[in-house]
Amino acid sequence: MRTLIFERNLARFAASRVASSLAGSGRAARVSPLRLTDSEPPPLPGPGWYRVRPLLAGICGSDLATVDGRSSRYFEDLVSFPFVPGHEVVGELEEPAGARVVVQAVIGCVARGIEPPCEACAEGRVGGCERVAFGHLSPGIQIGYCSDTGGGWSAAGLVAHESQLHAVADDMGDEEAVMIEPTACAVHAALASKVEPGDTVAVLGAGTLGLTTLAALRSLTEPGSLFAGAKHEHQRRWARELGADAVLPPDQLGRAVRRRSRSLTVSERSRQLTGGADVVVDCVGSTESLAEALAMVRPRGRVVLVGMPGKSKVDLASLWHREVVLTAAYAYGVEQVAGRSVSSFELAAGVVSEYRLGRLVSALYPLERFEEALEHAGAAGSRGAVKIAFDLRRKGSAR
Amino acid sequence: MSPRPGFVLEVDGSTPPTLFWHGEGFRLERLPVGSRVLYAPEPFDALEDPMAAIRRALENPLGGSEPLRALLRPGMRLTIAFDDVSLPLPPMRRPDNRQLVIEQVLDLAAEAGVDDVVLIAALSLHRRMTEAELRHALGDRIYDAFEPHGLLTQHDAEDPSNLVHLGATELGEDVEINRRAAESDLLVYVNINLVAMDGGHKSVATGLASYRSLRHHHNARTMARSRSFMDQHRSELHSSNWRMGRVIRDSGVKVFQIETTLNTDTFPEQFRFLQRREWEWSLADRAGFLATSKALSRTPDRVARSILHGVRSPHRMTSVQAGEVEAVHARTTENVYAQQLVEIEGQADVLTMGLPYICPYNVNSIMNPVLVACLGLGYFFNLYRGEPLVREGGVVIMSHPTPWSFHPGHHPSYIDFFEQVLADTTDPAQIGKYEEAYATDPWYVHLYRTGHAYHGVHPFYMWYWCAHALEHLGAVIVLGGDRAAVRRLGFKPASSMADALEMASDVVGRDPSVTHLHTPPLLMAQVK
Repeated sequence: MRTLIFERNLARFAASRVASSLAGSGRAARVSPLRLTDSEPPPLPGPGWYRVRPLLAGICGSDLATVDGRSSRYFEDLVSFPFVPGHEVVGELEEPAGARVVVQAVIGCVARGIEPPCEACAEGRVGGCERVAFGHLSPGIQIGYCSDTGGGWSAAGLVAHESQLHAVADDMGDEEAVMIEPTACAVHAALASKVEPGDTVAVLGAGTLGLTTLAALRSLTEPGSLFAGAKHEHQRRWARELGADAVLPPDQLGRAVRRRSRSLTVSERSRQLTGGADVVVDCVGSTESLAEALAMVRPRGRVVLVGMPGKSKVDLASLWHREVVLTAAYAYGVEQVAGRSVSSFELAAGVVSEYRLGRLVSALYPLERFEEALEHAGAAGSRGAVKIAFDLRRKGSAR
Repeated sequence: MSPRPGFVLEVDGSTPPTLFWHGEGFRLERLPVGSRVLYAPEPFDALEDPMAAIRRALENPLGGSEPLRALLRPGMRLTIAFDDVSLPLPPMRRPDNRQLVIEQVLDLAAEAGVDDVVLIAALSLHRRMTEAELRHALGDRIYDAFEPHGLLTQHDAEDPSNLVHLGATELGEDVEINRRAAESDLLVYVNINLVAMDGGHKSVATGLASYRSLRHHHNARTMARSRSFMDQHRSELHSSNWRMGRVIRDSGVKVFQIETTLNTDTFPEQFRFLQRREWEWSLADRAGFLATSKALSRTPDRVARSILHGVRSPHRMTSVQAGEVEAVHARTTENVYAQQLVEIEGQADVLTMGLPYICPYNVNSIMNPVLVACLGLGYFFNLYRGEPLVREGGVVIMSHPTPWSFHPGHHPSYIDFFEQVLADTTDPAQIGKYEEAYATDPWYVHLYRTGHAYHGVHPFYMWYWCAHALEHLGAVIVLGGDRAAVRRLGFKPASSMADALEMASDVVGRDPSVTHLHTPPLLMAQVK
């Protein structure tokens, strides 16, 4: 069955880095270590594991970074090759046949058979699992980066532990369901931002992660003003619709935050504000976006890294001088909301339904057209798209 | 030979293309046959001996005022306020009128034994002048004598300790002006009256006022009722300033007003073609035009801007009058009209104009899109007496590149105004909801007081300046402008005059009548 496999091949990894730098994100698939092949379903690692046949599998920013050869070397020892990418998955269980699930891709201690679980997993914070390279599975922070589990970009399917499966409501469409995993990340980010009622919050970036984070912030927190920086017109429309009070081109966001906070600007060159937003959520993950976030956050405010960063060279003097809290939000787990513990996925399903986030799925491609799909995803912003996904459904089975 | 009066040309098949300013460049456009082109009167002769004329004016004041000499005495507090960098345009060659006048005032003060003298640049909410600009306006002798001792100041409308509230008009308009000026025994105000709007009670009531005072007349309602603000008697802007001026007078502030007028000899020899009527261009004019326009078009914008802002105008003083404010201003206005008025019969469907690189608020700076709008719809549109040059529901076509570009040091709040306010609404009556936040923004206040920035509220005033035109017109088309910037202004972009006229015909109908306001030199239309 058709499967996209990513192999360890340093020469191809380097070639994809060069190609994506020259031609743009998503345009390096042909020279990258990713190839389309035929494969069999992965074996079940043990009791409590299920086979999942993907219906839709999204292309995430971290997938693109991998195919582009831009992902950090930090992950080298936290993944195992060859792996099948794809961690944003809505699929059907083999048994009981036809039951739809979304996959909580992070592989924690329970799935790895590690007993007792690490402190993070014991608290339900699987995103913080300390044992992602250990246990009876090969290393892999998530399904989609582990050679033993398979991934969503495969008609052969993947395997997932029962702790990783979330049933999908019958009345939810596949497009909405495939948005639950990225929205779970956004929910976790929104809650990790620790927004107090009335806070001024700025979100940098309006791709899938930025837009879903806006929706999650609006749904789960009470910001006084919610600003969004969005590069493209369709992103600005979405950002407004998903709850931003003011949406601006990225180069105007700092000035809008300054107006709102009525702060001064230390210099035109640095654009460093004296005051600023209470919370800045960086859904881009670049050196530039982190520098912008630090320039527009208030002293003792919070900068939350949500977009996957890599190696960065950023001047942290302002962070030190202004006692800014720099924190991050990765993946999901169990959240504390109004004094009770709730799964990020449960909250995410609510946000997806509330804002009908299935509308963010802009285009579906069969696996065979993976190069086109990746190109589209790499240029989603400029091509008027948000989420690109692979469609692995049999004809006539779409919901 | 006396200068020729203004002239209205009717375009026919043999009329050469018409020259349009286009920011830091030019366009030659063929206007439709039958279009009318309004040319300014030729520049009046300058005063042969301006020093003697100033002396005479100070000794023979108007409106029952005593001669300046008689008003000066030892031990008194004398304040001399003067117009800022916004006048004249372009900056005149040295010596500037302000220098010529103030030197004589200071000589008289010295003769009378007055030793408490302070000079104040009447900035209102404009940016502070640089040392070079002050030296240019006042001359080195005055600058070096006063500035090092802290006696050459610039009005700070955000310094509460230097403001005094003198009362309110019968309509409840607050009158708050510079404390030093108000508490002096004599306030001498020195004007350069480039256009009819300048001077009169507006000099003190606006030039030395605070935001608290200015907001009463710098607003959409007042400006929409100023038809035009170049015609004092039909200008609500002036009515308000006159009411305030009388409160200032009645509160005991003694103002000795000195107003000077200039001829319209605006550009030096190498730009002489600008002031000639196209069909009279000599070979040298053609060569000058070609060389200048090609050189400017091949020069980076920043360099072209620097070259043009370095131009010093040869315009020279044509009159000077001194004494009581209203009497002085009445004479000055007559003189300005004599130089600039051109009669024209009837309104047009379409008014065209070429906008230059400079307006009162971007001297040595960038003409940003908000200023483009203000120059076209505020200043040029209002250069009329009687009726506007274009009919109600008509179209203005103005030529300017309108770059999405701002001087961050001079116009910081303009950037925000453009990005935030105009993105929300371009209706002058609606933008007021943002005004207070901009007027009191601590960052803008800081830059206004310590840097060279226009006050935070200033872009609102520029937009209010457009209120009458925006209410009157059916559409505004910008020829050759940055499309995104033009759309943000709420106007329509056109790439050629043919396109612009085609777009205009959608608003005013086929075969519209067209009038072109040909500048330079500046002129004012008397529309019958």
